[in-house]
Amino acid sequence: MGNRTPLYEAHVALGAKIVDFAGWDMPIHYGSQIEEHHQVRRDAGMFDVSHMCVVDLRGSRAVDFLRYLLANDVARLTVPGKAIYSCMLNERGGVIDDLIVYYMDPSWYRMVVNAGTRNKDIAWLRRHAPSFDVEVDVQEELAMIAVQGPNARAKAQAALGDRIGAAPQLPRFAAVEAGLLFIARTGYTGEDGYEIMVPADQAEELWNALYAQDVKPCGLGARDTLRLEAGMNLYGQDMDEDTTPLVSGLTWTVAWEPLDRSFVGRPVLEQQRGAGVPMQLIGLVLEDKGVLRSHQKVYTAQGEGEITSGTFSPSLGRSVALARVPAGSVSECEVDIRGKRLKARVVKPPFVRNGQSCID
Amino acid sequence: MSNVPAELKYTKTHEWVRAESDGTVTVGITEHAQELLGDMVFVELPEVGRTLKSDQDCAVVESVKAASDVYAPIAGEVIGGNDALADSPELVNKDSYGDGWLFKMKPANAADLNGLLDAAAYAAVVAEESH
Repeated sequence: MGNRTPLYEAHVALGAKIVDFAGWDMPIHYGSQIEEHHQVRRDAGMFDVSHMCVVDLRGSRAVDFLRYLLANDVARLTVPGKAIYSCMLNERGGVIDDLIVYYMDPSWYRMVVNAGTRNKDIAWLRRHAPSFDVEVDVQEELAMIAVQGPNARAKAQAALGDRIGAAPQLPRFAAVEAGLLFIARTGYTGEDGYEIMVPADQAEELWNALYAQDVKPCGLGARDTLRLEAGMNLYGQDMDEDTTPLVSGLTWTVAWEPLDRSFVGRPVLEQQRGAGVPMQLIGLVLEDKGVLRSHQKVYTAQGEGEITSGTFSPSLGRSVALARVPAGSVSECEVDIRGKRLKARVVKPPFVRNGQSCID
Repeated sequence: MSNVPAELKYTKTHEWVRAESDGTVTVGITEHAQELLGDMVFVELPEVGRTLKSDQDCAVVESVKAASDVYAPIAGEVIGGNDALADSPELVNKDSYGDGWLFKMKPANAADLNGLLDAAAYAAVVAEESH
C-alpha cells in the first residue's frame, strides 16, 4: 500500500481506478480518461493533487535564499500573492525540480513541489537554508484540489460561497488566503481555474461541495493529456537532473538579468549558452495515424533525438509530443514507431490553450 | 468481474476467439483487457493475407495510456480486419465482443481451437490476475 491522500476513500467511492504514482495510491481515471479530459476543456473538472508538497519558507532573508536557489528571480514578485514558475538547479545546471513559488509577504514564500521529488527537494532546501536563516516548513496537513476548466472558477465560487474570500478578484498566477483555505489561480491544464489548498480534515467536504456543483472528478491520466496539450513539461520525463532548462524548452524561466545575481547552476547555463545549446525541446504533431510515446526515436535533418512525452491528444484527435532533438531549424521529422518511420510536423507548443487548438 | 461469454474461446493474453459456422474465426480482445488498457485511440491490424503462427504478435491496440500487442490465438491466415476501428477505435471499449472485433482468420488446423481456454478457465485467469 502506498501513501494515501485525505481523498482516497472518496476516489474509491467514485469508482476510481487506483494506480501507484511516485509512491502514492492515486486515481488514474474514474471510468473514461478521454471524457475527463473533455470535461476540463469544455466545462469544469477537479483533480486531487494532495500528493504534491507544499513548503513554506520563512525568514527575513527568504528572498535572498530563493534568488540563490532558483533559476527564475523571485525579486520580480512585488505584489503579495503573485507567483512564478521556476526550475531549481543543481551545480551542473540540471533540474532538481520545477515548481511554483508564491510571494506572500517579505518573510514568507510558499512553494509547491512535485510528489516524486519531495524528499530530495526538502533535503536540498534544508541544506541551503541555514546560511540564510530560513525556516523550511513542510505543510503535511494540507490537501490540494485543482479545479480546472472554463467554468471552474464560477463553480468553485458556487461551491464555496462566502468562503471564497477575495479569490474571484485574483489575477492569473496569483493566490490569496481565504480563512483556512489558500486559493491560487494556477493549474496544469492550459485552462483557467483554481488550485485550492485546504486543511486535510476539510478536504472531503470541499470535494463533495464541488461535486454537488457538477465539477467532475478527473484522474492523473487526463491531467497528463491536458498538460501535454498545454505544452507544459513533466518533471522526470521532459527534464531531469541531467538536462538544463536550456535544452528543455524552459529558457524563458531563466532570469539572466540582473547579471550580478548568483544562482546555483548559473555558470553552467552561461557556459552552455555561450558555447551554443546543443539540443532543443520541440513540439510534434503526428501527420499519420498512430500514437507518439516517450523514448521513440526522432530523425531530423540535424540528427537523431527522442520523444520525451507523447500521447494521443483528445482535443485534436491526433497524436502530439514533446521531443528533444539537435539544435537548429527543423520543420518536419520522422518518428520510429515500432520499426516504421512516420512523418511528424514540428510546431511551437502549446498545442491547445483555453479550449482552442493552437495548430493548423 | 467483467463479462466472459460462455460461447467464446480465450487466450491467457486476453484475446477472444469465436468459431464461425463457415470454419473461420473472429478475434478480438476481452472486456477485461479493454478495461485494463482504458480508452482506445488507435488500432493497428494485421494485413489481410498474412500467415500467422500461434502466439505471434500481429496487431497493436493503443489506449491513451499505452500500446499493447495482440497475439494470434492460433496459426492461420488473416482474411479480414475490422475497418471501422480506423475511425472508431473506441468500439473496442464499447463492444469488445461485438462491433469491437479486430480481425478474422482461416485456421491452419481447426483442431487448434480445442487448445484454447474455455470461458471458465479464462475467468480463472482473470480472477488470478486481480489478486
